[in-house]
Amino acid sequence: MDATTVLAEVNGSIATVGYGLAAIGPAIGVGIVVGKTIEGVARQPELAGRLQVLMWIGIAFTEALAFIGIATGFIFGF
Amino acid sequence: MRSDAHRPSSQRSFTGAPKLEPALFTELATLIAPTAADAPPEFHGPSIEEFFPEVLFELAGVPIHRIHLIQFLATLALVLVFWLGTRRMKVVPGRFQSLVEMGLDFVRVNIGEDLLGKKDAQRFLPILTTIFFMVLFMNITGIIPFLNIAGTSIIAVPLTLAIVSYITFIYAGIKKSPKNFFKNSLFPSGVPWPIYIIVTPIELISTFVIRPVTLTLRLLMNMMVGHLLLVLFFAATQFFIIDMGGWWSALGAGSLAFGFVFTLFEILVAVLQAYVFALLTAVYIQLAVAEEH
Repeated sequence: MDATTVLAEVNGSIATVGYGLAAIGPAIGVGIVVGKTIEGVARQPELAGRLQVLMWIGIAFTEALAFIGIATGFIFGF
Repeated sequence: MRSDAHRPSSQRSFTGAPKLEPALFTELATLIAPTAADAPPEFHGPSIEEFFPEVLFELAGVPIHRIHLIQFLATLALVLVFWLGTRRMKVVPGRFQSLVEMGLDFVRVNIGEDLLGKKDAQRFLPILTTIFFMVLFMNITGIIPFLNIAGTSIIAVPLTLAIVSYITFIYAGIKKSPKNFFKNSLFPSGVPWPIYIIVTPIELISTFVIRPVTLTLRLLMNMMVGHLLLVLFFAATQFFIIDMGGWWSALGAGSLAFGFVFTLFEILVAVLQAYVFALLTAVYIQLAVAEEH
Protein backbone atom coordinates (compact mmCIF):
# COMPACT_ATOMS: atom_id res chain seq x y z
CA MET A 1 0.00 0.00 0.00
CA ASP A 2 1.70 3.20 -1.12
CA ALA A 3 1.59 6.50 0.68
CA THR A 4 -1.15 8.08 -1.44
CA THR A 5 -3.53 5.22 -0.76
CA VAL A 6 -2.86 5.44 2.96
CA LEU A 7 -3.51 9.17 2.89
CA ALA A 8 -6.72 8.61 0.98
CA GLU A 9 -7.87 6.21 3.69
CA VAL A 10 -7.43 8.80 6.45
CA ASN A 11 -10.71 10.42 7.33
CA GLY A 12 -12.10 12.54 10.17
CA SER A 13 -10.65 15.76 11.50
CA ILE A 14 -7.01 16.25 10.54
CA ALA A 15 -6.91 18.93 13.26
CA THR A 16 -6.25 16.19 15.82
CA VAL A 17 -2.99 15.36 14.07
CA GLY A 18 -2.18 19.06 13.97
CA TYR A 19 -2.70 19.33 17.68
CA GLY A 20 -0.43 16.37 18.27
CA LEU A 21 2.30 18.19 16.36
CA ALA A 22 1.58 21.45 18.17
CA ALA A 23 1.98 19.75 21.54
CA ILE A 24 5.54 18.57 20.86
CA GLY A 25 7.18 21.96 21.30
CA PRO A 26 5.46 22.97 24.55
CA ALA A 27 6.03 19.46 25.93
CA ILE A 28 9.76 19.76 25.41
CA GLY A 29 9.68 23.33 26.72
CA VAL A 30 7.84 22.48 29.92
CA GLY A 31 10.19 19.56 30.45
CA ILE A 32 13.21 21.83 30.18
CA VAL A 33 11.69 24.45 32.51
CA VAL A 34 10.83 21.93 35.22
CA GLY A 35 14.10 20.02 34.84
CA LYS A 36 16.19 23.14 35.13
CA THR A 37 14.19 24.26 38.17
CA ILE A 38 14.86 20.95 39.88
CA GLU A 39 18.51 21.33 39.01
CA GLY A 40 18.56 24.83 40.45
CA VAL A 41 16.84 23.76 43.65
CA ALA A 42 19.26 20.87 44.04
CA ARG A 43 22.16 23.30 43.76
CA GLN A 44 20.64 25.95 45.99
CA PRO A 45 17.77 24.62 48.12
CA GLU A 46 17.26 27.96 49.90
CA LEU A 47 16.05 29.51 46.61
CA ALA A 48 13.32 26.88 46.16
CA GLY A 49 10.40 29.26 46.74
CA ARG A 50 11.60 31.93 44.36
CA LEU A 51 12.50 29.38 41.70
CA GLN A 52 9.11 27.73 41.94
CA VAL A 53 7.35 31.03 41.21
CA LEU A 54 9.58 31.56 38.20
CA MET A 55 8.95 27.97 37.13
CA TRP A 56 5.18 28.48 37.12
CA ILE A 57 5.55 31.68 35.11
CA GLY A 58 7.79 29.85 32.64
CA ILE A 59 5.37 26.94 32.35
CA ALA A 60 2.45 29.32 31.87
CA PHE A 61 4.16 31.06 28.98
CA THR A 62 5.31 27.81 27.38
CA GLU A 63 2.09 25.87 27.64
CA ALA A 64 0.17 28.81 26.16
CA LEU A 65 1.51 27.58 22.81
CA ALA A 66 -0.16 24.20 23.32
CA PHE A 67 -3.44 25.92 24.09
CA ILE A 68 -3.15 28.10 21.03
CA GLY A 69 -2.74 24.79 19.19
CA ILE A 70 -6.00 23.45 20.63
CA ALA A 71 -7.82 26.68 19.89
CA THR A 72 -6.60 26.66 16.30
CA GLY A 73 -7.99 23.16 15.88
CA PHE A 74 -11.39 24.28 17.11
CA ILE A 75 -11.38 27.42 14.98
CA PHE A 76 -10.15 25.97 11.68
CA GLY A 77 -10.94 22.26 12.18
CA PHE A 78 -14.69 22.60 11.63
CA MET B 1 -12.39 3.11 12.61
CA ARG B 2 -15.62 1.23 12.96
CA SER B 3 -17.15 2.53 9.77
CA ASP B 4 -14.03 1.36 7.97
CA ALA B 5 -14.48 -2.13 9.31
CA HIS B 6 -17.80 -2.50 7.57
CA ARG B 7 -16.56 -1.71 4.10
CA PRO B 8 -13.02 -2.99 3.90
CA SER B 9 -12.76 -5.56 1.16
CA SER B 10 -14.41 -3.74 -1.74
CA GLN B 11 -12.33 -0.59 -1.33
CA ARG B 12 -8.97 -2.12 -0.64
CA SER B 13 -8.98 -4.96 -3.14
CA PHE B 14 -7.53 -2.88 -5.99
CA THR B 15 -4.29 -2.13 -4.15
CA GLY B 16 -3.14 -5.72 -4.48
CA ALA B 17 -1.64 -5.65 -0.99
CA PRO B 18 -1.98 -8.71 1.25
CA LYS B 19 -5.41 -8.74 2.90
CA LEU B 20 -4.05 -8.70 6.41
CA GLU B 21 -5.93 -5.72 7.74
CA PRO B 22 -9.44 -6.57 6.50
CA ALA B 23 -9.02 -10.06 7.90
CA LEU B 24 -8.14 -8.53 11.26
CA PHE B 25 -11.18 -6.32 11.11
CA THR B 26 -13.55 -9.17 10.32
CA GLU B 27 -12.06 -11.18 13.14
CA LEU B 28 -12.64 -8.26 15.50
CA ALA B 29 -16.14 -7.89 14.12
CA THR B 30 -16.97 -11.52 14.88
CA LEU B 31 -15.59 -10.99 18.39
CA ILE B 32 -17.99 -8.12 18.92
CA ALA B 33 -20.76 -9.88 17.04
CA PRO B 34 -22.57 -11.62 19.93
CA THR B 35 -23.46 -8.31 21.54
CA ALA B 36 -23.57 -6.23 18.40
CA ALA B 37 -25.44 -8.54 16.09
CA ASP B 38 -28.43 -6.42 15.06
CA ALA B 39 -27.59 -2.84 15.98
CA PRO B 40 -23.95 -2.11 16.80
CA PRO B 41 -23.80 0.15 19.88
CA GLU B 42 -22.56 3.58 19.01
CA PHE B 43 -19.97 5.49 20.98
CA HIS B 44 -20.79 9.13 21.51
CA GLY B 45 -17.60 11.04 22.17
CA PRO B 46 -17.60 14.52 23.63
CA SER B 47 -17.68 17.46 21.24
CA ILE B 48 -17.50 21.23 21.26
CA GLU B 49 -21.31 21.24 21.53
CA GLU B 50 -20.90 20.50 25.25
CA PHE B 51 -20.13 24.15 25.79
CA PHE B 52 -23.20 25.42 23.97
CA PRO B 53 -26.04 23.80 25.90
CA GLU B 54 -29.66 24.58 25.15
CA VAL B 55 -31.03 27.86 26.45
CA LEU B 56 -33.16 27.31 29.55
CA PHE B 57 -34.84 30.70 29.84
CA GLU B 58 -34.30 34.36 29.11
CA LEU B 59 -33.43 36.88 31.77
CA ALA B 60 -34.22 40.41 30.59
CA GLY B 61 -33.58 39.36 27.00
CA VAL B 62 -30.32 37.57 27.81
CA PRO B 63 -30.47 33.83 27.10
CA ILE B 64 -29.40 31.79 30.14
CA HIS B 65 -28.17 28.21 29.94
CA ARG B 66 -26.85 25.81 32.54
CA ILE B 67 -23.25 27.07 32.44
CA HIS B 68 -24.54 30.51 33.33
CA LEU B 69 -26.50 29.03 36.22
CA ILE B 70 -23.30 27.31 37.39
CA GLN B 71 -21.51 30.65 37.22
CA PHE B 72 -24.24 32.23 39.34
CA LEU B 73 -23.94 29.36 41.80
CA ALA B 74 -20.13 29.71 41.99
CA THR B 75 -20.46 33.45 42.57
CA LEU B 76 -23.04 32.85 45.28
CA ALA B 77 -20.78 30.27 46.95
CA LEU B 78 -17.85 32.67 46.77
CA VAL B 79 -19.79 35.52 48.37
CA LEU B 80 -21.23 33.20 50.99
CA VAL B 81 -17.87 31.72 51.97
CA PHE B 82 -16.26 35.11 52.42
CA TRP B 83 -19.28 36.61 54.13
CA LEU B 84 -19.49 33.75 56.62
CA GLY B 85 -15.72 33.60 57.01
CA THR B 86 -15.25 37.26 57.80
CA ARG B 87 -18.55 38.06 59.49
CA ARG B 88 -17.36 37.82 63.06
CA MET B 89 -13.61 38.23 62.96
CA LYS B 90 -11.78 37.07 66.05
CA VAL B 91 -8.18 37.63 67.06
CA VAL B 92 -7.90 33.90 67.63
CA PRO B 93 -9.55 32.58 64.49
CA GLY B 94 -11.90 29.62 64.43
CA ARG B 95 -11.45 26.79 61.98
CA PHE B 96 -13.43 28.34 59.14
CA GLN B 97 -12.01 31.82 59.61
CA SER B 98 -8.45 30.51 59.59
CA LEU B 99 -9.17 28.67 56.34
CA VAL B 100 -10.37 31.88 54.70
CA GLU B 101 -7.41 33.76 56.17
CA MET B 102 -5.05 31.15 54.79
CA GLY B 103 -6.45 31.69 51.31
CA LEU B 104 -6.24 35.46 51.55
CA ASP B 105 -2.76 35.26 53.01
CA PHE B 106 -1.61 33.03 50.18
CA VAL B 107 -2.58 35.65 47.61
CA ARG B 108 -1.13 38.48 49.67
CA VAL B 109 2.24 36.91 50.43
CA ASN B 110 2.91 34.40 47.65
CA ILE B 111 1.52 36.39 44.75
CA GLY B 112 1.34 40.05 45.79
CA GLU B 113 4.29 40.74 48.06
CA ASP B 114 6.63 38.28 46.36
CA LEU B 115 6.33 40.02 43.01
CA LEU B 116 5.24 43.59 43.69
CA GLY B 117 6.77 44.36 47.06
CA LYS B 118 4.82 45.48 50.11
CA LYS B 119 3.75 48.92 48.89
CA ASP B 120 2.49 48.03 45.42
CA ALA B 121 1.00 44.76 46.66
CA GLN B 122 -1.22 46.77 48.99
CA ARG B 123 -2.53 48.80 46.04
CA PHE B 124 -3.26 45.87 43.75
CA LEU B 125 -4.23 43.28 46.32
CA PRO B 126 -8.01 43.70 45.86
CA ILE B 127 -7.83 42.93 42.15
CA LEU B 128 -5.40 40.02 42.56
CA THR B 129 -7.55 38.50 45.32
CA THR B 130 -10.72 38.91 43.27
CA ILE B 131 -9.13 37.31 40.21
CA PHE B 132 -7.68 34.41 42.19
CA PHE B 133 -10.84 33.48 44.04
CA MET B 134 -13.20 34.11 41.17
CA VAL B 135 -11.18 31.87 38.87
CA LEU B 136 -10.77 29.25 41.61
CA PHE B 137 -14.47 29.02 42.44
CA MET B 138 -15.53 28.96 38.81
CA ASN B 139 -12.90 26.33 37.94
CA ILE B 140 -13.74 24.02 40.79
CA THR B 141 -17.32 23.53 39.57
CA GLY B 142 -15.78 21.43 36.80
CA ILE B 143 -15.33 18.48 39.17
CA ILE B 144 -18.26 18.98 41.53
CA PRO B 145 -20.78 16.19 40.88
CA PHE B 146 -23.98 17.27 39.08
CA LEU B 147 -22.43 20.57 38.02
CA ASN B 148 -19.61 18.89 36.07
CA ILE B 149 -18.62 21.83 33.94
CA ALA B 150 -16.37 24.72 34.85
CA GLY B 151 -17.91 28.19 34.87
CA THR B 152 -14.77 29.36 33.09
CA SER B 153 -15.21 26.96 30.18
CA ILE B 154 -17.16 29.46 28.10
CA ILE B 155 -15.12 32.36 26.83
CA ALA B 156 -17.02 35.15 28.61
CA VAL B 157 -15.40 34.73 32.01
CA PRO B 158 -11.74 34.31 30.96
CA LEU B 159 -12.12 37.13 28.46
CA THR B 160 -13.63 39.49 31.02
CA LEU B 161 -10.91 38.69 33.54
CA ALA B 162 -8.20 39.07 30.90
CA ILE B 163 -9.57 42.50 29.93
CA VAL B 164 -9.65 43.53 33.59
CA SER B 165 -6.05 42.37 33.96
CA TYR B 166 -5.07 44.17 30.73
CA ILE B 167 -6.62 47.46 31.82
CA THR B 168 -5.05 47.09 35.26
CA PHE B 169 -1.48 46.70 34.07
CA ILE B 170 -1.80 49.49 31.52
CA TYR B 171 -3.34 51.72 34.20
CA ALA B 172 -0.54 50.78 36.62
CA GLY B 173 2.12 51.65 34.06
CA ILE B 174 0.56 54.94 32.95
CA LYS B 175 -0.14 56.03 36.53
CA LYS B 176 3.48 55.43 37.48
CA SER B 177 5.05 57.16 34.50
CA PRO B 178 3.65 57.03 30.94
CA LYS B 179 7.06 57.72 29.43
CA ASN B 180 8.78 54.92 31.31
CA PHE B 181 5.96 52.48 30.68
CA PHE B 182 5.95 52.86 26.92
CA LYS B 183 9.72 53.13 26.74
CA ASN B 184 10.20 49.93 28.75
CA SER B 185 7.57 47.96 26.94
CA LEU B 186 8.36 49.15 23.41
CA PHE B 187 12.05 50.11 23.47
CA PRO B 188 13.85 47.76 25.86
CA SER B 189 17.16 49.23 26.98
CA GLY B 190 20.53 47.77 26.09
CA VAL B 191 19.68 47.22 22.44
CA PRO B 192 21.51 49.02 19.63
CA TRP B 193 19.04 51.33 17.90
CA PRO B 194 18.76 49.67 14.45
CA ILE B 195 17.46 46.54 16.18
CA TYR B 196 14.44 48.55 17.34
CA ILE B 197 13.03 48.24 13.82
CA ILE B 198 12.54 44.53 14.54
CA VAL B 199 12.15 44.57 18.30
CA THR B 200 9.54 47.31 18.67
CA PRO B 201 6.81 45.67 16.55
CA ILE B 202 7.44 42.35 18.28
CA GLU B 203 7.24 43.97 21.70
CA LEU B 204 4.13 45.90 20.69
CA ILE B 205 2.34 42.73 19.63
CA SER B 206 3.58 40.62 22.52
CA THR B 207 2.68 43.19 25.18
CA PHE B 208 -0.60 44.57 23.92
CA VAL B 209 -2.04 41.70 21.87
CA ILE B 210 -0.53 38.37 22.90
CA ARG B 211 -0.80 38.97 26.65
CA PRO B 212 -4.60 39.27 26.93
CA VAL B 213 -5.13 36.63 24.25
CA THR B 214 -2.95 34.05 26.02
CA LEU B 215 -4.48 34.90 29.40
CA THR B 216 -7.91 34.15 27.94
CA LEU B 217 -6.90 31.07 25.97
CA ARG B 218 -4.84 29.49 28.74
CA LEU B 219 -7.70 29.45 31.21
CA LEU B 220 -10.44 28.70 28.69
CA MET B 221 -8.62 25.85 26.99
CA ASN B 222 -7.44 24.30 30.25
CA MET B 223 -10.99 24.08 31.52
CA MET B 224 -12.45 23.01 28.17
CA VAL B 225 -9.89 20.28 27.63
CA GLY B 226 -10.24 19.09 31.21
CA HIS B 227 -13.97 18.76 30.79
CA LEU B 228 -13.64 16.99 27.43
CA LEU B 229 -11.15 14.51 28.90
CA LEU B 230 -13.42 13.67 31.82
CA VAL B 231 -16.41 13.27 29.51
CA LEU B 232 -14.34 11.05 27.24
CA PHE B 233 -13.30 8.75 30.09
CA PHE B 234 -16.73 8.45 31.64
CA ALA B 235 -18.50 8.11 28.28
CA ALA B 236 -16.06 5.32 27.40
CA THR B 237 -16.78 3.64 30.73
CA GLN B 238 -20.50 3.79 30.08
CA PHE B 239 -20.01 2.50 26.54
CA PHE B 240 -17.79 -0.42 27.52
CA ILE B 241 -19.68 -1.60 30.59
CA ILE B 242 -23.32 -0.90 29.75
CA ASP B 243 -23.45 -0.91 25.94
CA MET B 244 -20.87 -3.59 25.17
CA GLY B 245 -20.77 -5.66 28.35
CA GLY B 246 -18.93 -8.97 28.66
CA TRP B 247 -15.14 -8.85 28.48
CA TRP B 248 -15.25 -5.24 27.34
CA SER B 249 -16.12 -4.32 30.94
CA ALA B 250 -12.43 -4.78 31.81
CA LEU B 251 -11.59 -1.88 29.51
CA GLY B 252 -14.44 0.03 31.13
CA ALA B 253 -12.88 -0.49 34.55
CA GLY B 254 -9.62 0.88 33.18
CA SER B 255 -11.23 3.99 31.76
CA LEU B 256 -13.16 4.49 35.01
CA ALA B 257 -9.90 4.38 36.98
CA PHE B 258 -8.38 6.91 34.57
CA GLY B 259 -11.48 9.05 34.99
CA PHE B 260 -10.90 9.18 38.73
CA VAL B 261 -7.22 9.97 38.35
CA PHE B 262 -8.04 12.80 35.96
CA THR B 263 -10.70 14.11 38.33
CA LEU B 264 -7.95 14.51 40.92
CA PHE B 265 -5.75 16.06 38.26
CA GLU B 266 -8.52 18.53 37.44
CA ILE B 267 -8.56 19.72 41.07
CA LEU B 268 -4.86 20.47 40.72
CA VAL B 269 -5.45 22.24 37.39
CA ALA B 270 -8.29 24.31 38.85
CA VAL B 271 -6.11 25.62 41.69
CA LEU B 272 -3.07 25.98 39.46
CA GLN B 273 -4.88 28.02 36.80
CA ALA B 274 -6.28 30.37 39.44
CA TYR B 275 -2.75 30.79 40.78
CA VAL B 276 -1.24 31.28 37.34
CA PHE B 277 -3.88 33.84 36.30
CA ALA B 278 -3.33 35.93 39.43
CA LEU B 279 0.43 35.44 39.20
CA LEU B 280 0.62 36.59 35.58
CA THR B 281 -1.52 39.63 36.38
CA ALA B 282 0.96 40.44 39.15
CA VAL B 283 3.90 39.90 36.78
CA TYR B 284 2.39 42.21 34.16
CA ILE B 285 1.79 44.89 36.78
CA GLN B 286 5.34 44.44 38.04
CA LEU B 287 6.76 44.84 34.52
CA ALA B 288 4.60 47.92 33.99
CA VAL B 289 5.68 49.71 37.15
CA ALA B 290 9.35 48.71 36.92
CA GLU B 291 11.78 51.61 36.65
CA GLU B 292 14.08 49.89 34.19
CA HIS B 293 14.44 46.34 33.01
